[in-house]
Amino acid sequence: MKKRLLPLLLPAVLLCAVLSGCGDGSTEQAPETQAAANEVTVGIAQDLDNSLDPHKTVKAGTREVMFNVFEGLVKPTPNGDLIPAIAETYTVSDDHRTYTFQLRKDVQFHNGDTVTAEDVLYSIQRCADASETGIVPVEAFSVITDMSAPDEGTVVITIEEPSNEFVSYLTNPVIPADYDGQDTDPVGTGPFRFVSRAAQDNLVLEKFDGYWGTPAYLDRVTYKIMENTDGLLLSLQSGAIDICAHISTTQIPQLQEDFNIEEGTMNLVQALYLNNAEKPFDDVRVRQALCYAVDRQQILDLAFDGYGSLIGSSMYPAFGKYFDDSLTNYYSHDPEKAKALLAEAGFPDGFSMTITVPSNYQPHMDTAQVIVEQLKAVGVNAEIIPVEWESWVEDVYTGRQFQSTVVGVDASTMTARALLERFTSTAGNNFINYNSPLYDSLFVKAISSGGDEAQTEFYKEMEADLTKNAANVYIQDLADLVAVRKGLTGLQFYPIYVLDLSTIRYEN
Amino acid sequence: MKKWNAYFAAGLLLAGLLASLVILGIFWTPYDPTAMAAGPQFAAPSLRHLLGTDKFGRDIFSRVLKGAGTTCSIALLTVAAGAVCGTAIGALTGYFGGVVDEFFMRLNDALTAFPSILLALVIIAVLGPGSKLNVVIALGIVFIPSYARISRTAFAALRDVNYVKSARLMGAGPGRILMVHILPNTMPVLLPALTIGFNNAVLAEASMSYLGIGTAPPDASLGYMLSEAQGMLAANPWYALGTGLFIVWMVFAAGLIGEGLQRREGGVS
Amino acid sequence: MKYAAKRILMLLATMAIVSFLTFLAFDLISGDQATAMLGTAATPEKLAALRAELGLDRPFLVRYGEWLFGFFAGDLGVSASYRQPVWTLISSKVLVTLCLSLLSFLLITAVSIPLGLLSTRWTGGPAAAAQTVFNQLCMAVPAFFTGILLSWIFGITLKWFVPGAFPGLSVDFTGSLRHLFFAAAAIAIPRIAMTVRMLRSTIFSELQKDYVRTAISRGNDRTAVLYRHVLKNALAPVVTFLAQTMAEIVAGSIVVEQVFAIPGLGRMLVSSIANRDCPVVEAIVVILAFWVVLSNTAADLIQQAVDPRLRLGGGA
Repeated sequence: MKKRLLPLLLPAVLLCAVLSGCGDGSTEQAPETQAAANEVTVGIAQDLDNSLDPHKTVKAGTREVMFNVFEGLVKPTPNGDLIPAIAETYTVSDDHRTYTFQLRKDVQFHNGDTVTAEDVLYSIQRCADASETGIVPVEAFSVITDMSAPDEGTVVITIEEPSNEFVSYLTNPVIPADYDGQDTDPVGTGPFRFVSRAAQDNLVLEKFDGYWGTPAYLDRVTYKIMENTDGLLLSLQSGAIDICAHISTTQIPQLQEDFNIEEGTMNLVQALYLNNAEKPFDDVRVRQALCYAVDRQQILDLAFDGYGSLIGSSMYPAFGKYFDDSLTNYYSHDPEKAKALLAEAGFPDGFSMTITVPSNYQPHMDTAQVIVEQLKAVGVNAEIIPVEWESWVEDVYTGRQFQSTVVGVDASTMTARALLERFTSTAGNNFINYNSPLYDSLFVKAISSGGDEAQTEFYKEMEADLTKNAANVYIQDLADLVAVRKGLTGLQFYPIYVLDLSTIRYEN
Repeated sequence: MKKWNAYFAAGLLLAGLLASLVILGIFWTPYDPTAMAAGPQFAAPSLRHLLGTDKFGRDIFSRVLKGAGTTCSIALLTVAAGAVCGTAIGALTGYFGGVVDEFFMRLNDALTAFPSILLALVIIAVLGPGSKLNVVIALGIVFIPSYARISRTAFAALRDVNYVKSARLMGAGPGRILMVHILPNTMPVLLPALTIGFNNAVLAEASMSYLGIGTAPPDASLGYMLSEAQGMLAANPWYALGTGLFIVWMVFAAGLIGEGLQRREGGVS
Repeated sequence: MKYAAKRILMLLATMAIVSFLTFLAFDLISGDQATAMLGTAATPEKLAALRAELGLDRPFLVRYGEWLFGFFAGDLGVSASYRQPVWTLISSKVLVTLCLSLLSFLLITAVSIPLGLLSTRWTGGPAAAAQTVFNQLCMAVPAFFTGILLSWIFGITLKWFVPGAFPGLSVDFTGSLRHLFFAAAAIAIPRIAMTVRMLRSTIFSELQKDYVRTAISRGNDRTAVLYRHVLKNALAPVVTFLAQTMAEIVAGSIVVEQVFAIPGLGRMLVSSIANRDCPVVEAIVVILAFWVVLSNTAADLIQQAVDPRLRLGGGA
């Protein structure tokens, strides 16, 4: 009997052997090998499921990564200023309408070609007319009346009306004119060059030796896609990942031993966005009531462990000069006042509403859950409708079929306009249907004012208008917590959603 | 061939215990399951909070009770919907046969070729995620083919047995024959299929909610909570363990009942 | 031969229905390739223009016909989100899912057959009851919960593997297999329980048969009879069951790939549905359906080879 059973049990025994073999093998592949190789692995939570063509990228996560690969005529600094990049210098004519860029002579694309004025014109033209399928048009380029290249190293751009902000749109990536593989094998001029991408797995960048500026310290960067937060955390702990941005506050205690946790901001305007054209939010008193009913500090405390910066309008603190801190506490938490306003508006017993939330964004889901609880206190019965991102884009963002939604709105360029233009009554992306004649007229004044100071004032008045009319229930700019393995240094935060790896290096 | 056996009894006991907890959860939970800051964040299990608290300071035990109710009701509704529609289709096609039978069976084959979770994913994508009703509809549709197949075989087998023939000779209409003469006799096959269906429904709903396309907070089911708990495993493993345990309990109890039913009908040993 | 032809025809019909239903579903969902491409740059006008450009405004049947035509011409199309030919995108994922499926299949076979035979030693009493209960318990644990537990115990506590850090088959084959092993185990456990149960009950019903009783009553060793005669007959339905299991494994991998963050077909499928990447979803759905029908066909063929009576019956 026993003899016969033995062969049957063998496979099971073998399996055990395989299993225990696992133990021996993996513990030895230690993180030290990575340190020696001068490379890092960066964990990112969403897949880079876009075209990698910089002019077609719509997802913030992809832009964040490809920031290391592409540059424009100018590029942003961590302080929010613009410095020349592919352009060496530029001059603006006295009427503020003509821009003349002198290109650097030694700028190379990753494929070895030298950047010419023709490439620059091509890149701008491509985004201006957006005739190629999938190109995201840059509205600001519609003001260009003339573009020319008097010689190989000079680009002259003339615009319709004077603008203080035009240059900031020239961070738009410059790509080679005669290359059509950008979708899957992008070529730019940045400090890192693209090596490979495996969908839902990884993306690899390598240091570009021909870079014109300060070269990157790291030789190789592997972005590891980890859509599973648990797996991400475990990978950080096990040494498989060295840097990870946007970690959640609950993960901090588990990482502090091996990581420095650096805190920046996400540069998003997170709010309970209200459809101003939809009942009952067409009544300003109802909107104000919600502002009083929501306890923003409690949202931060409960859902974000106290991290995050409160905001009071469509502007976040990292935007320094445009941010008006006096608006932040315009509405203090006051349920009684909220009830009084609701009663005045004809809802003494409250009402029912829906909050549509893109379900794959956990911070927004968390915020919405806290808001639902807080609204109960003033008799408002809110129901969360989780939707997929594409449904959100179609139904909420472009279809405007919603009552309220919790999302974060970001700025694609470093201008106040990028955040504020959308709430003018005729803007195509004014998804909350905000309609304030004062706001519209302020915007016209802002973009046509010549001086920077006057313009900033107009923008601030626009922000105040949004706050006073309670366009949305503004909540916060989320904290951006970046875990960086001890021994690595040089992380810099920008006022836009990017992660610059060129300054990251190993200490000593 | 005992009328009932130990498995059935044990299953019934476990199910009864769970059912009373779930029913209790509908009317009373120790804390409001959605109330934030009922206790400190990530509290360890204690007498005040049997399974501790989550990151919002919500009482996990209360949440799990409520979630079990949601999961249970979805599973029951799904089984009911799937079984009624499936049996109806199976009965008609099995009894009458012919072209309609052939058509439904081919459609059935095609639907079974979709892995069930995939079919549910696609249906949910159309209906829109996050609503309990949509989950029931999606899973109900998913389960129709298996019930249709089982009942078709059962009805086809009983179509020509003597007592049905004699009923037909005595002038009974097809409706009466199907409902009165055949249906009760298919129960030995259909009842165990119902318990298996319940289990599949619980597991499928949990998987869907885990993938983020099932139910949504605040009316969350166990599957959604498990995905929530996965992110907090290190901070409070009791959330995941407690939630998982309730799913296992539910399926285990139904499994034992099924086992008992099958044995009563004289299937195994 | 006639049977083979019938089967192939059925396979094609099934795949046609499956792909049609998927296409129809995509027509009904809100959000499409155009919203995916424009994201928050979308306005109603831009969406309409892009849809016209992509041909998405044409009638549904025309687009389906076009896709079908392309499919038979060997062109799966271009992924709407990755802007990469679908086949280059998913070919490596097919391999990963195939490895995962085969691994869990091996695991199921290697564990359940010896266990099933072993389990027949206890025909009654508390030991048999304990077995049944344990079996039911294993079947009751959802694969993703097992997955979470496994990655917790072996990943974070014992550090035998790094959850979520799948090395890639071409980079580190043995390391990848090690990683896949735990996912395979999560899929396999409930299926093992089912197979053991199945094997046990077929062996018992076989043991009830006259020829076995006669053999044993003539003084043959019970175990010898078991291995020489019973096993051969009892394995047939189990093999059929295992062939069907192949189909179930693939379904199980959809969820388990999420838990372990394995870049396989299942994960691609879930995200492509969310991304409204119709060409990718179509391709994966057709591959999965093909796989399922193939497994079921194999199950049928095995059954017929073993039990020739079924060949005449047809139908049920």
